[in-house]
Amino acid sequence: MKSWLQIIILFGSLSLLSVGGGNSVLPEMHQRSVNEYHWLTDNQFADVFAISQAAPGPSILIVTLIGYKAGGVLGAFLATTAVIIPAGILVYLVSRFWEHAARSPIRMAIEKGFAPLTVGLVLATAYVLGRSTDHDWRSYLQTAVCAAVFIFTKVNPLIVVAAAGLMGFLGWLG
Amino acid sequence: MSESATLTESGAVKPSLWELIWTFNQIALASFGGGLSAWSREILVVEKQWMGEEEFLSASTMCRILPGANQINLAVFVGAKFGTIPGAFAAVFGLTLIPVLIVLLLAVLYFQFHDVPSLQKILHGAAAAAVALTLAMVVKTGRKCLHGPVPILLFLSTFILNGVLRWPLLLVLAIVAPLSLIWAWPRPKNK
Repeated sequence: MKSWLQIIILFGSLSLLSVGGGNSVLPEMHQRSVNEYHWLTDNQFADVFAISQAAPGPSILIVTLIGYKAGGVLGAFLATTAVIIPAGILVYLVSRFWEHAARSPIRMAIEKGFAPLTVGLVLATAYVLGRSTDHDWRSYLQTAVCAAVFIFTKVNPLIVVAAAGLMGFLGWLG
Repeated sequence: MSESATLTESGAVKPSLWELIWTFNQIALASFGGGLSAWSREILVVEKQWMGEEEFLSASTMCRILPGANQINLAVFVGAKFGTIPGAFAAVFGLTLIPVLIVLLLAVLYFQFHDVPSLQKILHGAAAAAVALTLAMVVKTGRKCLHGPVPILLFLSTFILNGVLRWPLLLVLAIVAPLSLIWAWPRPKNK
């Protein structure tokens, strides 16, 4: 009972603190769930982090696993809901304003002006991700070949990702 | 400026709640190994044509700035666009339900067997392709919006500050976003 309340309060507040994405509150999440509430050990935290990164879907689902460790299936459900709802309400309000502002100068300026900036952020993401997943020439080559396929062909990307997963499974990537 | 009108054109029919759930579920499941943002674009802009390229890009940056997980925020944003509150719930539900189950299943397996080497190998391979998909998104979207020296400069400075120098997102945006808005603010002589 007490831990359920802690789960709701912790993840509900982290939801509103996670400016810039879920990764920005990971240190705080670690501090509270490992050192303060002792829901899981240091190593387990690292493990659930790895699982949430690799699994399909949003990586914020690390909170599902922490919630599960803290309070079973209900804990998992509460943690997931608590981390989504507060930020979700904020985004909802902004999106309503956005629809309202359909042809206003501010929306036109944001749509046009943020496009180059966002492409820069996406390239930054690819760069940071690439540095953490590609370690030798084989994985660099694989990334380069896949990128060429995505850019120059109309092959369904899912087929390419699955093929790349198979190559990893067969040990071709070292 | 020279951007074509097709960029902001999204002549989409309103999807039903089921369609929102199903589509966001597809996005989530496609993203094993990562690349969720690239998959969102691939499905929302290219396949379904629910949003124009610029609308998608600006929405994803706003979803980055606002607190919360970026892709869940984007689901709220897109869901709300088509179906207000129920739409937002449907999109988030679609994006998270199956991944929550998968993550729990993986965690149970992981804590039972402590190591799933073949799974790690598969994910390692898939992750290299997910990076490639993200790079391809840069090329495809960049071709459409990086015309002229100013946008290229905005693009490069954002990449270098956030990606190479690893400055915090908010600091980078505090510098680059006002410049972008000044550049893009509609002027009568352009229209």
